[in-house]
Amino acid sequence: MAAGGAQPMIFKTLGWLTDPGHWRSTPFDTGILGQLGAHVGFSVIALVIALVIALPAGLAIGHTGRATWVVSVANAVRALPTIGALVLLVVIISPHFYGRTNAGFLIPTEIVLVVLAIPPILSNTYAGVQNVSPAVRDAAFGMGMTDRQVLGRVELPNALPLIFSGFRSAMLQVIATATIASYVTLGGLGRFIYDGLAQKDYPQMIGGGVLVAALALVADLLVAVVQRYVVSRGVSGRFHRNTSVDSRVAALVEENV
Amino acid sequence: MIRFDGATKRYPDGTVAVDELSLEAPSGQITVLVGPSGCGKTTSLRMINRMIEPTSGTIWLDDTDTASLPAHELRRQIGYVIQNAGLFPHRTIVDNVATVPLLLGEDKTKARARAMELIERVGLDPAFAKRYPAQLSGGQQQRVGVARALAADPPVMLMDEPFSAVDPVVREQLQEEFLRLQNDLGKTIVFVTHDIDEAIKLGDQVAVLRVGGKLAQLAAPADLLARPVDAFVAGFVGRDRGYRALGFTGAGTIDTHQEPSVAVGAAYPGHGAGIDGWILAVDADGKPQGWLPTGEEQRGDVVTDAMLYRGGTLAAQGGSLRAVLDACLSSPSGRGVVVDDSGRLVGSVTAREVLDLIEKRG
Ligand SMILES: Nc1ncnc2c1ncn2[C@@H]1O[C@H](COP(=O)(O)OP(=O)(O)O)[C@@H](O)[C@H]1O
Ligand SMILES: [Mg+2]
Repeated sequence: MAAGGAQPMIFKTLGWLTDPGHWRSTPFDTGILGQLGAHVGFSVIALVIALVIALPAGLAIGHTGRATWVVSVANAVRALPTIGALVLLVVIISPHFYGRTNAGFLIPTEIVLVVLAIPPILSNTYAGVQNVSPAVRDAAFGMGMTDRQVLGRVELPNALPLIFSGFRSAMLQVIATATIASYVTLGGLGRFIYDGLAQKDYPQMIGGGVLVAALALVADLLVAVVQRYVVSRGVSGRFHRNTSVDSRVAALVEENV
Repeated sequence: MIRFDGATKRYPDGTVAVDELSLEAPSGQITVLVGPSGCGKTTSLRMINRMIEPTSGTIWLDDTDTASLPAHELRRQIGYVIQNAGLFPHRTIVDNVATVPLLLGEDKTKARARAMELIERVGLDPAFAKRYPAQLSGGQQQRVGVARALAADPPVMLMDEPFSAVDPVVREQLQEEFLRLQNDLGKTIVFVTHDIDEAIKLGDQVAVLRVGGKLAQLAAPADLLARPVDAFVAGFVGRDRGYRALGFTGAGTIDTHQEPSVAVGAAYPGHGAGIDGWILAVDADGKPQGWLPTGEEQRGDVVTDAMLYRGGTLAAQGGSLRAVLDACLSSPSGRGVVVDDSGRLVGSVTAREVLDLIEKRG
């Protein structure tokens, strides 16, 4: 199992991944593409729900400075044992669906994923709003912005870098954890990991892991691109090099003349 | 006109920051609130735009009780400038300046055009318009802060230590430009500072507050220097107030002596040229550059910049007695140089003559 076996395993895994037969679905088996779709589906649902809950909550808590205990509680939940929680929820929820649909498994899975995704988004949104300089907030109110305008036009845009980083870490965690859907009979890329493990088909198991990692990387890259366009350059600090040199020179000239 | 009528602010912890303040800031003038740290200047200022709600008392904006309209509507009529500018990091300079007009529902193109005008008006290169606050120096940011406060052309401006966070050279520039701007605009301004020199320089009237938020004295700067009402004000105004008061006394028609001069680049003057071993060096336009010693041995064939003593300040003709006296005291020759509006040499006076003039007037 030591050094001698490792190299062939890489080739076997590559072999499994590059076999076109594994990518297509058959009447009996869902292929890589199908499971990838299911995995993305679970993840997107969880992230959208988490965003809808955590973003407004984080903005409101950050803006008002009230109910900050919610953020602490959410962070404590990060220590949740996912498989245990999932099994418990399946036991509680699935009997209500009499096995006619897979909702009895889907709902517990999504609950676990949402619970995992909320803390990073919530605490980063809260921190992002809190971090807006008091002088900036003061100026915003002083110019006659309403609470809503201060939040939407000043605090949110300045909190975006932190919000994005919270969302990205939530997304990585959700994509990695969505493999547990397969633990309760649902699809997703976890299917290859659990099946591979059960059948001692290690190339399949490792291949599944590689696919999860690749999906996470690609998704992160996509969000990074969106972030680049959504976050103001004034906040992210990406200025054109020449203009910033210009202004430094201009500043020196102004301050010294 | 802004009028405090028995305005008091007691914070929840019991601190009385402002105590029964009654005071009027006349229209079109600069009223400076000055006093030691913690005396309630910021609290007083922020009660005007209700960033802080008074515990009791009323603050009037012309004939309107400021408590009678929604705070955000009140604030949109009042320009507000704070110490660190508080520019919005995510917006370009032009969009920062256009903030209030846009809040008031003005059309975007028009708001931007007006913003561009103001950017130039406060002495910034229009090329800055597309930059972000982080790309500007502190002094430049502060100018943008002033432009932003002026954008909706509010009749009233509140300024809380706007020039305190920049270095002294830039501060002086900003103060000069601020006075020039106010000369054109004639806003009703309440200006907070802890710096008595700044208060005296900028204020049409100065309100000195003592800790506990009580008004100690309200007076024109010259009166404040000449007649402090009590030991606290006298101490706060400072020891050299007699000298500084000269800053408010015009030198009027002070007789100057003709001062011999030599141009930079001309042949080095002979031994003993000038008066008492000093001759004034001027440039091609006749603007004084510095003093050249002629009592010692000749240092070269021609007069160069490097040979000059530049310690002396220049007094503008028609300026203050303080400036003239300072020119005398700082000059290595003991003769204060007086220049005209374009900076050309008019003549010189001695400290003795200035002191005689002060005694005659006093
Ligand atoms: N939010 C607050 N709560 C309690 N005390 C305050 C608060 N803000 C200011 N103070 C106190 O009120 C007094 C006046 O403060 P301030 O108006 O900021 O003074 P200044 O601007 O003259 O330095 C100080 O003693 C300060 O500690
Ligand atoms: Mg203050």
